[in-house]
Amino acid sequence: MLHGTVIILTSFAYLGLLFAIAYYADKRADAGRSVIASPYIYSLSLAVYATAWTFYGSVGRAASDGVGFLPIYIGPTLMIALWWVVLRKILRISKQNRITSLADFIASRYGKSALLGGLVTVIAVVGILPYISLQLKAVSSSFTILVQYPEIIMPTQVGAAPIRQDTALWVALILATFTIAFGTRHLDAAEHHQGMVAAIAFESLVKLLAFLAVGTFVTFGIYGGFGDVFARAAAEPKLRAMLNPLEGVAGSYANWVWLTILSMMAIMFLPRQFQIAVIENVDEKHLNKAIWLFPLYMVAINVFVLPIAFGGLLRFPDGGVDADTFVLTLPMAEKQELLALLVFIGGLSAATGMVIVETIALSTMVCNDLVMPLLLRMRSLRLNERRDLTGLLLGIRRGAIVLILLLGYLYFRLAGEAYALVSTGLISFAAVAQFAPAMLGGIFWKGGTRAGALCGLLAGFAVWFYTLLLPALARSGWLPIGLLEHGPFGIELLKPLQLFGLSGLDQINHAMIWSMIANIGTYVGVSLSVSPSADEHRQASLFVDVFRQIGESGGARFWRGTASVPDLYGLLARFLGSAAADTAFGEYAGAKGLRWPDDRLVADAGLVHHVEVQLAGAIGAASARIMMASVVKEEALTIDEVREILDEASQVVVYSHRLEQKSRELEAATADLREANERLKELDRLKDDFVSTVTHELRTPLTSIRAFTEILLEHPDVEIGQRKRFLGIITKETERLTRLINQVLDLAKIESGKAEWIESPIDLKEVISDTLAAMGQLFRENRITLEARLPERVSPVYADLDRMIQVMLNLLSNAVKFCDRANGRIGVALVERDGCLQVDVRDNGRGISLEDQAAVFNKFRQVGDTLTDKPQGSGLGLHISRQIVEHFGGRMWVESDLGSGACFSFALPAGAAADERVA
Amino acid sequence: MRKTILIADDEPNIIAAIEFLLQQDGHEVLTAQNGEQALRLVEARIPDLVLLDVMMPLKSGYEVCKHIRERADWRHIKIVMLSAKGREAEVSKGVSMGADLYVTKPFSTRELMANIKGLLDRSSPPGPT
Repeated sequence: MLHGTVIILTSFAYLGLLFAIAYYADKRADAGRSVIASPYIYSLSLAVYATAWTFYGSVGRAASDGVGFLPIYIGPTLMIALWWVVLRKILRISKQNRITSLADFIASRYGKSALLGGLVTVIAVVGILPYISLQLKAVSSSFTILVQYPEIIMPTQVGAAPIRQDTALWVALILATFTIAFGTRHLDAAEHHQGMVAAIAFESLVKLLAFLAVGTFVTFGIYGGFGDVFARAAAEPKLRAMLNPLEGVAGSYANWVWLTILSMMAIMFLPRQFQIAVIENVDEKHLNKAIWLFPLYMVAINVFVLPIAFGGLLRFPDGGVDADTFVLTLPMAEKQELLALLVFIGGLSAATGMVIVETIALSTMVCNDLVMPLLLRMRSLRLNERRDLTGLLLGIRRGAIVLILLLGYLYFRLAGEAYALVSTGLISFAAVAQFAPAMLGGIFWKGGTRAGALCGLLAGFAVWFYTLLLPALARSGWLPIGLLEHGPFGIELLKPLQLFGLSGLDQINHAMIWSMIANIGTYVGVSLSVSPSADEHRQASLFVDVFRQIGESGGARFWRGTASVPDLYGLLARFLGSAAADTAFGEYAGAKGLRWPDDRLVADAGLVHHVEVQLAGAIGAASARIMMASVVKEEALTIDEVREILDEASQVVVYSHRLEQKSRELEAATADLREANERLKELDRLKDDFVSTVTHELRTPLTSIRAFTEILLEHPDVEIGQRKRFLGIITKETERLTRLINQVLDLAKIESGKAEWIESPIDLKEVISDTLAAMGQLFRENRITLEARLPERVSPVYADLDRMIQVMLNLLSNAVKFCDRANGRIGVALVERDGCLQVDVRDNGRGISLEDQAAVFNKFRQVGDTLTDKPQGSGLGLHISRQIVEHFGGRMWVESDLGSGACFSFALPAGAAADERVA
Repeated sequence: MRKTILIADDEPNIIAAIEFLLQQDGHEVLTAQNGEQALRLVEARIPDLVLLDVMMPLKSGYEVCKHIRERADWRHIKIVMLSAKGREAEVSKGVSMGADLYVTKPFSTRELMANIKGLLDRSSPPGPT
């Protein structure tokens, strides 16, 4: 069934499906309903990181190094944690400056240097070639193996094919066609390739599912689960060693560290990762989800690596089958045709995804940062006079795509067999790691200069070339192998694999150490010794301070010169077409409140900057710079002027920060004041109420006293009984007045915190019996039956003795007041429970309604039996009692049913609980 | 001339004092300790003059005053408000309710009696004239 035709047809059907997805997504994007505006699609498309290298190579690496395959995935996971700081900044800068690629970014940062952009492009292309060749190799060898089904024969045994029958060449050509169709529909490279992103996200799903399928099959189909696979592997001494990360063949500690660092750089600076993560990003907020979704993907695609590696080693013990092919050969050996085909498609997904994005990114760089700046400088071509350059731009990009893939194929023919998949990939990782100092330094260090970046990159790249690429070519027989063994011209110190005598290291570690020393050392050293130009100074500040800029067109502040609107329009139309130029001018005019075309639009700094940014989106910052120079007369700013503008701007920023801070403080203070004022008003109202109530309560007894005094004064003839009664009333009302005044003063003392409290351990039972004894006369006068239930002994409470007597007096006299007139009964109970002493005073009066229960403790609130007579009292007793109880950490409450008496209770912490409170 | 006078106040001692004074002048005195009781007595006995404490349980002095003033056939009843609240707002409220006199506690008994006498002299008995 797995005839060559079937495989080829399936592959084309799959590529057709991808194209349909991309087409649909592009159509949707044109209609303004983007399908990729989702953090999930963004995270999936980031998984373009997992290429054929991951798909086939992880198992290969695991089969030789055990868990040594892991750092390549730990690195990105660590890096992602830093994304919030690093990538967010890169994103913001790229959006503001319409950055089109990694090379554009670096060139733009260091004064829009065309030279630097070109160098980055060369490094990227040369550096990535091994990586692209790796994908071609993976697809072609998996095809070659699958075609042999049911036999399992390695491609090396088949022998090299003549070039016309070489699958890899055909793969390269088909992928080139496909990439051109995907990636060069639009001209503006800063715009999103929505179709491509959707297809890449889909491919990420396919390769994950394929890998999980084969992993599940091996782990649970061939073996009895993870435990079984590992148990069998552990039974083989050779395999057991692999489970220890630091004891594997190449698994030293330094190896782990370097590989982790290397892959941290790769996830940021591989051209395709930069393309997907930065250029294709539609919303900064997608980062938030990607920060945990992407590591999750990494985990998922690595879960089955070790089981498959062990499964392969156990199944093919004689070493006749390349471990890089286990993913495919295991299903084949088990006669799982469909699964094998699915694996092939998964591998194809991984490879095509990488190739498409990588070549699109590289072709943009080649076009904008290498070819265009050169062409524009060649005056003999008279490019400046050509009316429409859009066709030329697209042509360059398409040519670049074909060229890059063919170069990848060339590398495959030259050096492809020298290394396993993983090692080939690492050579590319080491190349892109060279961008790290210039990139990271560029966004965090204003001191980094163009000269520094140029020298650093050159030095790092030279070391990389010498220690990694040269040996690869030598091993493949294209250079004399003696170069590796004895050094060039027999100089041992210069041996590419043991530079300056540094030996005992893995080749990658060795290359990384030397290239990073050369790169960083030169970058920093030269940056510090060469002072930057005005352009560099301005760009450095725009990049490093990107989050502090006010408004979007920060660059416009630095321009001074003359230009004309028709010139600017003509320039933009030549590169973008007149439709896009109209849109761009319309946008700018709209922001100024005008409608394009409008004669009132002036070619000021803002418009010049706007046009340059638009142009940069199509041809890169460096080329845009050159083109702008042809239509505008710019007066160069001196470095001092740039500094001045920057200083002013930063002073404005600082000032406005300070102003904001002050206004926030002011707001807070106002709010506090308003609140305090409300509180004062409320207190004032309460005080007024209190004063008015006290006045009322004072006037009442005074009224009786005055009236009877006048009566006695003016009616000396009042009979003696009557006279006695009147004098009695006067005395009673005077007492009432005195009591009221005392209680008001008492309350004032308590509430102002000036009351003196003498705390000592007191026996509440004694307090109650003493009070009851003192009130005995009152009970008898009112014919009240008293029932007291007091325990023998209770724990002491910490309180003021006199105050507690006052509380008991209040509660008891209250009870007497409200007791049933004819048949009064008062119950007093003291119980100790839950570390508290609780006192209940119960009467058999008419009770208190639910609404009034909450109010009885308020000042001057009296709820009496108003039908008969008014209870005597100030209305302050309960309020004061509750304050006293609360002062000692207790609480007071009332329970009552209307018609069946009321029970006032309070509880105080006793014994240990009271000790704690006192402590 | 003997008149019927109602005293409504929730302070029994104040009632006692005024009651004594009015009886000395030869009037018939009715007493009530809350607003509702006062209204019932007005209904039953139609007194010539009513002394109303403002702050009374069940119905305030203002409410009783308002009820009395709503009845056309009680228009001749004189109303004196007694209040421990002496602020001007209270006084004008009492007067606007239709009270003939507003007296602040504590009061001079002599003045109160003179005022009551004045009010009673001005009043004319109901019926055809």
